[in-house]
Parts: sequence; structure tokens; C-alpha cells
Amino acid sequence: MTSYAEHLKPFLRKTPFHERIEALMHGNHWMRWTGHYSPAAFESVQSEYLAIRNGASVYDVSPLIKYRITGRQAAEYVNHLITRDLSKVKPMQAFYTSWCQDDGMLVEEGTIFRFGDNDFLLNSAKDQLHWLEQVAYGFEVAIDEVSNDLCGLSLQGPQSREVLRALGINGIDHLPRFGIMEFELNGHWLRIDRAGFTGDLGYEIWVKPEDALWLWDRLFEVGRNHKIAPIGAQALEIARIEAGFILIDVDYSGALHALRPSNRMSPYELGIGWTVNLNKQGYFVGKRALRREKEQGLSRYVLTGIEIEGRKPAPGSFLYADQPGKQELGLTTSACWSPTMKKNIAYARVPMTYAKPGTQMWIEIWYHKEHKIERSMVRCWAANRMFYDPPRKSA
Amino acid sequence: MTDIIVIGAGHNGLITAAYLAKAGLKVTVLEAAPQIGGAAVTREFVPGYKVSGVAHLLHGLHPTIARDLDLARHGLDLKAQPIATRSLLPGGRSFDASSIASISRADAEAYPAVMARLARMADALAAYALHTPPRPDIAKMDWREKLNLGKFAWSLRRLGRKDMLELTRILTMNVNDLANDYFESEAVRGLLCFEGVLGLALGPRSPSTVFNLLYRLSGLGANGQGGFLLPRGGMGSVSQALGKAAQSAGATIRTGAAIDHILIENDVAAGVVLSTGDEVRAARVVSNADPQRTALQLIGPRNLDTMFVSRIRHIRMNGCAAKIHLALDGLPEMLADARGRVVIAPKPDDIERAYDCAKYGRVSDQPALELTIPTLNDPSLAPAGKHVASIVAQYCPYRLRETAVNEARHQIGERSLAILEEVAPGLRQRVTAMEVLTPHDLEAQYGMTGGQWHHGEITLDQVLFLRPAGQAQNYRMPVPGVYLCGAGAHPGGNISGAPGYNAAREILKDVRAWRAA
Amino acid sequence: MQQSYDAIIIGGGHNGLTCAAYLAKGGEKDGANKLKVLVLERREKVGGAAMSEEKYPGFTYSTCSYVCSLLRPEIFRFLDLPRHGLQVIPYDINSAPNPEGEGIIYYNDHDRTRESLRRHSIRDAEAYDEYAMEISRHCRFIKRTLLMTPPDPTQLNPFVQNRINPWGHREDLDGLLRIGREFGRLGERHMYDMIRFWSMSVADFLDQYFETPRWKGLAAASSIIGTALGPYSPGTAYVLLHHYMGEVDGQIGAWGFARGGMGSVSKAIASAAEEAGVEIRVNAEVEKVIVKDGKAIGVALKSGEEIYGKSIVSNADPKRTYLKLIDKGDLDAIDPDIHRYAKNYKIRGSSGKLNIALDGLPQFAGLGPEAAYGTIDIGGDFDYIERAFDDYKYGSWSKRPFLDCVIPTTVDPTMSPPGKHFMSVFVQYVPYQLAEGPWTPEMKAQYEKDVLDTIELYAPGFRKLVLHVQCRTPWDIESEVGMTEGNIFHGELTLDQLLFNRPFPGMGQYRGPFDNFYMCGSGTHPGGGVMGAPGANAATEMLKDFKRGVVQ
Repeated sequence: MTSYAEHLKPFLRKTPFHERIEALMHGNHWMRWTGHYSPAAFESVQSEYLAIRNGASVYDVSPLIKYRITGRQAAEYVNHLITRDLSKVKPMQAFYTSWCQDDGMLVEEGTIFRFGDNDFLLNSAKDQLHWLEQVAYGFEVAIDEVSNDLCGLSLQGPQSREVLRALGINGIDHLPRFGIMEFELNGHWLRIDRAGFTGDLGYEIWVKPEDALWLWDRLFEVGRNHKIAPIGAQALEIARIEAGFILIDVDYSGALHALRPSNRMSPYELGIGWTVNLNKQGYFVGKRALRREKEQGLSRYVLTGIEIEGRKPAPGSFLYADQPGKQELGLTTSACWSPTMKKNIAYARVPMTYAKPGTQMWIEIWYHKEHKIERSMVRCWAANRMFYDPPRKSA
Repeated sequence: MTDIIVIGAGHNGLITAAYLAKAGLKVTVLEAAPQIGGAAVTREFVPGYKVSGVAHLLHGLHPTIARDLDLARHGLDLKAQPIATRSLLPGGRSFDASSIASISRADAEAYPAVMARLARMADALAAYALHTPPRPDIAKMDWREKLNLGKFAWSLRRLGRKDMLELTRILTMNVNDLANDYFESEAVRGLLCFEGVLGLALGPRSPSTVFNLLYRLSGLGANGQGGFLLPRGGMGSVSQALGKAAQSAGATIRTGAAIDHILIENDVAAGVVLSTGDEVRAARVVSNADPQRTALQLIGPRNLDTMFVSRIRHIRMNGCAAKIHLALDGLPEMLADARGRVVIAPKPDDIERAYDCAKYGRVSDQPALELTIPTLNDPSLAPAGKHVASIVAQYCPYRLRETAVNEARHQIGERSLAILEEVAPGLRQRVTAMEVLTPHDLEAQYGMTGGQWHHGEITLDQVLFLRPAGQAQNYRMPVPGVYLCGAGAHPGGNISGAPGYNAAREILKDVRAWRAA
Repeated sequence: MQQSYDAIIIGGGHNGLTCAAYLAKGGEKDGANKLKVLVLERREKVGGAAMSEEKYPGFTYSTCSYVCSLLRPEIFRFLDLPRHGLQVIPYDINSAPNPEGEGIIYYNDHDRTRESLRRHSIRDAEAYDEYAMEISRHCRFIKRTLLMTPPDPTQLNPFVQNRINPWGHREDLDGLLRIGREFGRLGERHMYDMIRFWSMSVADFLDQYFETPRWKGLAAASSIIGTALGPYSPGTAYVLLHHYMGEVDGQIGAWGFARGGMGSVSKAIASAAEEAGVEIRVNAEVEKVIVKDGKAIGVALKSGEEIYGKSIVSNADPKRTYLKLIDKGDLDAIDPDIHRYAKNYKIRGSSGKLNIALDGLPQFAGLGPEAAYGTIDIGGDFDYIERAFDDYKYGSWSKRPFLDCVIPTTVDPTMSPPGKHFMSVFVQYVPYQLAEGPWTPEMKAQYEKDVLDTIELYAPGFRKLVLHVQCRTPWDIESEVGMTEGNIFHGELTLDQLLFNRPFPGMGQYRGPFDNFYMCGSGTHPGGGVMGAPGANAATEMLKDFKRGVVQ
């Protein structure tokens, strides 16, 4: 018998870890991530943030969209797709890269895992099978959407290695940054890579969906003595901004999904020009346009870090060259108070000439003050976007 | 070492080569076939019987090109009288432009004025034929583009307010509605509809067919030869004259040289690689092949950006017409004096039904036909007293669903003969040999993807700056040094030569800029 | 001669009423009685094709138009329609039942749509977003042209002056430049895409994104509704837009039901018009427009009464206006071409309607119960729709028609007794006249049976729920509402009849060939649908003429 209210039934998916996450959640602080329930915060953002920078934090990254790329010409294909030089990436390595449209505008940036010569996994935040398959024209390659075949936890923080050691992952000490290893533990298959979105020491652990609860329970069991704690997206957001990572739909619009074409940005404009290798063998999508942009200086602005006077977070604030606000320079995207650096930080789109660290600008911040909104015009200075970069990240 | 390689000795390739050679460049034309001409060739399809391979009528060859290249001196006779079009109807009736009154008095009265009006509009549109299409973004145009656009706007405005508005109205319409607007008799409507759908995978009720009609008419006016011509010696004679013009200007032509791919080094053209593996190097390569073949095979998707590849892949290249050649030992009474062009498309709905079949991937039950008997004007094409007939049969789709190609070949041949037998009884017994070329055959023989003669259908979404694809309308492919000069570029197909002419101009612009730098 | 009205509007459809209200308010939000306006309606009540009627006890039918979203928010606000009782209830489900397996369903919610589409094809699910963005980009551009008088490209000389444009054709030039600037914002790459989009077929367009045949058929639905074209015809991609550019609360592409049926739209606009001082006369059929010395001076009613006014506005479709309401002699005196334009105007009726009272909620094959809460498109792949079109082409109704069904009573409690439902079935394709001749009762019964059989196939058990059926062909729609050939858009929405060419070349600016004569129906830019924009735009142009003293 169908329920009378069946047409109202919720449709969001639950990740394989959902049961455990729900049990630990105070209140009902869910958000959506690619159609899944995802925790925004458990109890206190501050303590969750401290787990990232002080202990070991656990974040469910299962909702990431995953594409498996295999086939005889998978390597050639990936090299045509991305802006970095694939020949410098060995099997069992992960790497961060951009991929662009014809006119050099960023489709997305993210991590690609290389397992074998012709075996890749691409993680993304947005649907793009259509794009990936269009790029695949003329290549002998198969692209499968495998988002539901794997689920994963991001284990980030200075104690994360201790936790994995305690879990019994032999050889974790030797896993280099961006390295990948596969492991068999009590009959469960695990894949561990050393990457993350926090700019700290950290790992991602991938398992089959049926092993999800086992992994969660084991991690929290062995992690008890290492200050392990689950975190939500809000705490992660602070760590991300401190680490200088950009986020799609916050810092830029992906070229495939931008309603206004002018909102699309190139890797140079996003300050990740280092991912573009114009000298690599063979053509890649957007190469001609990117070369033109670089050689002719066509970038409209660059996304740089800024440090702001005072402590009022400044997302979506305008920057000016002068205090009266006559000459507008650009706009901030991500912004937060950095608890570790004790700095008021943000990312801002500014003209190239203003991006030199130390350049002074003015910023107009509107902030809440007891039910009222007030404005302040304060100074800010361009800075390296990677505000926080501890040695342990790559040690 | 040669400056420029032209891939393919079709008429456009030869024209580009001739213009470039005249400008003092070293040009080498490489042709895969043993003879030059591409789709404009004269072939012996049965011993002793010769026929024009694909194109069988000359009308759109631009007079500027004929004059510039002095084709008369190279053996092309363009002074022949244009031939008339006669529409055969069931029951032994027929009419041409001068005898419409036998069908309908009202239509006979309306016909000259309507056709003159359409021709005026077509001429106004054709003002852009010898120019590079503009960019849609006016802000990015240089003064020359703006001037051309201004001239074009003026040529439209010169039509007068009424005609200009009428043009904007009919431009996107379907030819069946247009025929209904202007004429009352099914027979005259049928003829107009046939002219509107010829060369398209669309029916008379499909929008955009009026545009095709205007496009075809533009080749009949001041921008063409003033009517349909049957060149002496078949269409091959056009190519031969162009070949001589190119050679006398200094171009080298190599036949039997099939290209495997264009050589690209450091993302820039460096020459071509022949199917034998030999390299011929040159800084600039011009392709007379169709856009899909050029981009997807000769350049290769690996040297191109994805959106561009995707646009090229989505060019509609469904050949929908078959070419039928008949060797005849005599002519039936109805065709005994058919010196002109004969059309068999008695009613718009007949053509529409023929198209319905093609829409679902079948050969038309009752195809619409265009027929010429060149031997009536040029007996040298067949043994004495014998004849050849050259027929275009529409529709025989390239995209077949449940029919095998062999079966389709048989079907279109038989069904066309059946129709001919109906309007010209006794024809069947006169046939001594028959050759049927389906779009698949045309693709295999002439390298035209999809068997589409125009290198891409002439519809509104595939012309002007959308031809062959947005941002490639200026004859340059994205890879520096690679150009497109075939019918897949603006203004499009028919033996007009305009794409070749325009491509040569753009290439010379680049050469001059390079020399200046 | 006594001139008692500033404007006489022929026809009380939603556009006529909107035009009347704008005029009476003098174009000012708080205005009233600025102009003396009379609306003449042939029937016993206003509303035209936006009508709610009780055809079966206890059930309110939206007899013609059935969903609402194209009504421009600017008009909503200007006429304060919510205060006059109009409420639009958005819905966000679109589905296609499937008797052979799982049906297809999509929502406004992106995640939900992705989840739903991936059950059929992960490729389609992933391409959906890109597709929706492309459509939204086109909509954003087109939307800006809706409430603007289309510029005439032949009249751009700013120095040529005439009576209507005493300061030259600056407005045309301005308008064209405005469109040009908007276009310029797209960026070069999207310009090509957009121009190509306008002239391509919806089948070609959708093939670029999707692979599941049934889903493509569902997505193509809006491009053929009310259009005498099949999905393989070039130019149909644009019509897709015409249905996507509606909005409810800024959500592009959203559709909604008018609470109380579509009659509430007319009722609210009529109430706003009356409040502004408009006089509405029902049962007043206009026989002729009285033209004297090239000027429209009044109308003659069927009753013999003559009413005079400074300006005459026709809300009737162009064909009816120029072939029936106006004498040929009057037209020929101005320009003989106009009669020909009117005769050649493409206004083929291509759709019928079944209004059904149901005893309960039907269950659609392959779909959950939520499907009934939105649009249910009964059809199949492109071929299914194209074959339905083939039947129509040669003068028959589609034996297996494409049906666009909604059950507004799932969300609207006012239209039927509790637990019972009203279902509106829009039938594509139905010709105005059959190849054999006019409709006969037997043929109509057969047509009704074919439609019900089709529904039964896609909703097994449906027939048992049917309490009453009101069956309508384009012929019926014409005789009832007065739209020529029953064409729901007052003329096909093909590119040759849009913008400055709507309705006729050179008459795209709401002005008729005579002085003081105007058009305000869906036969003018931007076209059909319960949008109100033609009425509002016509009023804007008229007010200009009043101000400049063109109308005296």
C-alpha cells in the first residue's frame, strides 16, 4: 500500500556513512552536496576546525563525483584534457590540475588519480560526463561515472598519520605527498592517498560502500587517543581558505555551468597559472587561447589573497584604490577570520598590478552589528593566497 | 620547397591554387584521384558512354572568377545558351516557364513577376558571395568587415522597403507555404518546391527551404551564369579549364597523391603526409576537402579544441540525393527533344511524402527527379545515335535505418525508373546500362562525407558565419597555416568557385602580413 | 460627429483587457480614467481563451488555455493583479509515462532531476545542467525583447520624419542598438550558438546533449505545442524557448496553475481594468470597423448599433481582423498587399483539447504518484511525435497523438469536489479541417476515442475514472473563442512571423494600416500564450501616439 503522501517523499541520497554521521549530529545541520546529505557542522565549528589543525578530522567526501578513465589511449586523452604535463606523473600518484574549454576558460580544477599507465580517476564537483566525452572524440578511451562505487573519508590534521599507523596501515610513513597506496586490512580493501583540502598533513581513505561503517568505526576506535573528530563543511571552509584552495561556484563559475559567459575565468586569472604547461608535448584543450592570454597579457584580473585590517570577515566586498572609494578595483570571493594565523583573510579579484604582495588597497565591508548592518572602509594588502603552509603538510 | 599545398583538385581547390599562383606563390595541388576535378568530372561509366560525375549542370560559376582566370582561353565555353526547365506531369502533360498558361492562367500571369522578385532578393543576398562572412560581434569588426556589411545592408535596403520586408519574412519560411502564397496550381507549386529542397535532407514543408531556393536562384542571376548550362564535354571540361588556368599561372598539380594527414609541428602547419608515408612540407596547407574530413581526419581532433570539434561533428552532412546514370540506345517520345532540364515533381505533397520516407531512414517510394540528357546538346558523350541520361533522385538518405546500402541502391534505381516510365513511356526498354550512386557511393568515390554535395547542407543554421562553424568562417582552421577552401566554407556548394576565391584572398592577406613582419 | 470614447477595444481577451487597463491608467501605475476606454466582447463574458467554465456540475474547467507562467511579472505588478484575486501556484514536475517500462520525470530541482534521469542514462543526467544553462542563456536574451516594440529594420534613418515618428526613427534605431548591445554581452562564442539555435530543429538541438529517445521526446514537447511543425523541422528549437521563457517568481522555465482556473486571470485583469474606469460591454459582437478617409473612426455592432471612438484596437487575430472586420475596399485603398498578407498569414490550427472530469487521480504507467502533480506528456520519441505530425500534415488528426496533460486540481482545491479531479488534455496534432472536409460528429467522436485510447494506454484504468468529457477541435475553438482556425497563438510562432514581421511585414509595431487603428492581440509581438505583453506593448505605443497628437 502506498502512502498517501508519497508524492512528498524526500529524495536526497544518503552516503554510506550517513548512519554514523547522523548519530553524532547536534541539531539538524545538513546541507546538500551533489544531491546528498552532507554535514555543515556537528556541534561547534570552532572545535571542528581545531580538529583539522590540532588533531585529526574526519570529513565524508563520498558525494564527490568520480569518473574512471581507462582504455588504450587513456593517457593521451588525459593529457589532451588537462593543462598540466601528464608525463611527469607516475602511476599511483595523484595530481592537482586545471582543465579548460576552447577559449582557455576553466571547466574545473581538481585532483586526478593515476593508478596505471592508462587508468585514471577524476574527482569533480560538477557533472561533466558530457564534456569529458566530447573531449574523448577521437581517442580510444572509456569514461565511466563511478561515483557510487567508492566512498571515502578525508582524514586531515597533524595527528592523521598517527591514526593511520594505529589503524595498522604499514608503510604509511613512506607515502609521499600526492602518493597513492592500496592496502588490505582484515579482508577489507582500502585505497589511501595523501591529499586534501586543508593545507595540512592529511589523507583520503577510500573503501567499497559495504565497508563504510567498518572504516568509520575502526577510525574512531583507534583515533580516540589522537583527538579524532568528525567535521562539517563550515570548519573545512576555514581551513580551505587558509590553505589557498579555490572552490567552484564560490571563487569562480565553471565554464560549462556559467550563465553569464563573462563570469568564466582562466587559470591565470584564478592564480593557478602554474598548472598550465604550454610547453608540454602535444596539444591540449584551450592551449592556443591560454598561450595568447599569457603572451599578450589578456588576463582581466587575478585572484589574489588579501589581508584585511580589523576582524570583520569580508566575503563579497568591493575593493578600492582609494579610501573614498572612487576607483573600484575588484571584489572578494572567499573570506574568513583565520583562527590559526590570527588574521582577517580573503581572496580578491584585482588587476594584475595590484596583486603584488604588500600592495595597499581599501575594502568596503558591510557587517552585522546586532540586527543592523554597518559599513566600514578599511585597508587591506595583497598577500600570497597560501596563508597557511605548515612544513608537516609535505614532511 | 613549395609555399602552399592545396589538398584536393576540386574546382575550388584549383581556383584557390590559380589565384595564389597568380600572386607569385609556389603552389602544389595534391589530388588523390587519377584525374582532377573532384565532383565536377566527366566519367565513362560504361564503355563509350560519358557523363558528368556528380554535378551535371553549371550555373553558379561566378563571372568574376571566369573572367579573372580567363577560362574561355583555357577551353571553357560559357557562351552556350542557358537551358530551360520543363516539368513533366503524369498523363503526358508538361510545362515550362513559357507554357504555364496551359496549367493555370493565374499562375502564368504571376510567374514572371514572382520569379523576378525572388531573383532580385537572391541577388541582394548574393552580394556577400565574394566576401568573407562578418563576425556577429560588430565591436570586433575591422573597417573592411564593416564596409562589406554596410554594402550588404545597402544591397538589401536597395530592394525597397516592401521587398526587404518580404525577404525577412520568407527567408526562414518553408517553400511549400511560399508556393501556396504565390501560386494556385499544384504543378507550379511542385516545381517551386522541388527547387527549394534539391540538395537538402528536408521536405517542402520544412522551414529554411526558401533559403535554399534563394541560394540556388542566386547562381542564376548576375552572380552566376544567367541560367543552367550544359558545358560541352561535361562538367569535366570546367575542371580541365580550371586546371589549365592554375597550371598556366604556375601551380603544380599532382594526381594520385592521397593525403593521410596534415603535418602539424608545434601546433602549426608544417606540410602534409601522403598515404605512402612521404612528407611534403609547406608552411601553409589549404584543404579542399569537406570540413568534417578536414578537421576530424586531416587535422585530427588531437590538434583541435573540443567545442570546435563538436561544432564540426554536428554539421549536417546527410546526403539525401542519389545520382543515376543511364545509357540509352534511343529516347522515348516524351524525352526526344528534352534538351533542357527536366523535373519530375508534380505535386508538393508528393515531394513531402518522398521526404517522409527519408525522414525515417528509408528510400523514397516515389522519388522526385531532375534529369538531363546531355547527349542531345553534345553527341560526343556517347556513341553515335546513343544517349546518356543523368538523373538526380531525391530522396535516398545517407542515414538508412533498416535498409542496407545495396538494397537502397537497388530501390532508388528501380523506383526512379518506374517514375520515368510513367511520364515517359518506353524509356525502360531503351536502357542498356545503368549506374546508381547512393550517398554512400558518392562518399566513397569523391570523399564527400555523408555523400553531401555541398559539403554541408545549405540551411540557415549552416551558412554565412556559421559555415563551416562559428569562429572558423574566415577560411582559417584553428591550427595556424591550415585553411579551408571547399564548399564547406562560405558561401557554399554548387560549382560557384566563390569559396576558393575567398580563401585565396584570405591566405594572401596572411602571407602579406607574414612578409611584412 | 460625436466621439464618445478615446479607445474602443474589439474583444475582451486577456490582451484586450490588459491593453484597456493600461490605456485607462494612462500608463501610470496609480492612474485611472485617464482615457475613456470601451471593451466590446462578443460572448456573454470576457476572457477569450483564458476562461474557467463549469461544464460539469461541481467541476471548473480551464476550457482553453490551461497553465500560466508567461504572464509577465511587470504586468502582474502594474495592474496589481493579486489584489484583484489572481494567485499563481507553481508546480515543478514534468513527466512522460511509459507503458513499456519506467517513465521519465524531471523537476525544477537540479539534484532531483539528475537522480531521476540517471535511472535512464547517466549521460543524459550529466548533460542536463549544461543544456539547462544553454536554454537559460537564450531565455535571458529573448526575455528582454518581450516588453519592447520590435524595431523595424527598414526604418532606421533618424532623420526621416513622419507623423508617427515626428522625431525620426530614433526609437527603431535605439531598439535595434539595444538588442545589439544585449547581443554583444553574450560574447562571440555564444553569439554563434544563439544564431544557430534560432534556425535549427529541436531534434538536432537535443541530439547534441542527450541519448534516451523518450527523454528527448519529452524535452522536445514544448517546441511543438501549438505549432504546426514536427520535431525534425528546422526552426522548432526556438519555439522551445517560447515555452521556457515563462517564469514564476523569477524562476525561469517554471509553470504554474492559476487558482480557480485560467478564468481567474481574465477576471483579475478585467477587475483591474474596471477599477481603472474601463467600460466593458458583453454580448456586443463587432461586425465591422468603420473606416472613413483612411481613418478608423468607430465600429458597427451586429445589432446595428454604431459606436465611435478616437481609436480602435483589435484584440482579434490578424486574419479575422483584416479579412472579416475590415472591408477589402478600405484595405485596398491604403495598400492592396495587406489583403494578401492577411490571406497568407500562417494561422493553422494544430491542436485540440479534451477537458475531463475524473472520479479520482489516475495512475500513470511507469511513474510514481507524484507525476500527477505536474505536466504529464504522453508521447514517445521524436519519431512518435513526427508521425503524429505526419497524420496532421495530410489532413487527419494524429491517430496516436502527443498529449500534454495537467491535473490542476492536485494543487488547486477550488476547481473540483474533494477527491475528484479536473484534467486538461491538450492534443497535438488536430487539423482545423480534415482532408475529407469539415468535422462531422462521427469524426469528432472517433477523434475523442483515439485520444482516450491513447491515455488509457499510458494510464491503465483511466477510462473507469472518466465522469465527463468535453471534446474540442480547432474548429470548435474557432467558433467558440473566435480564434481563426483555432490557432492558440493567433498565428504560428515561426521566425517569419515574429518580431517586426508579426503579424505582417511592416506592421509589427501594433499600428494598423489606418490612422487610429491598432492591434493588441497575440498576433502581434511577442506572440501567444497568456502573456499579456502584446496588450501592454500596444497600449504603450498608443499612449505615445496620444501624447504626440497623432490620435486626435
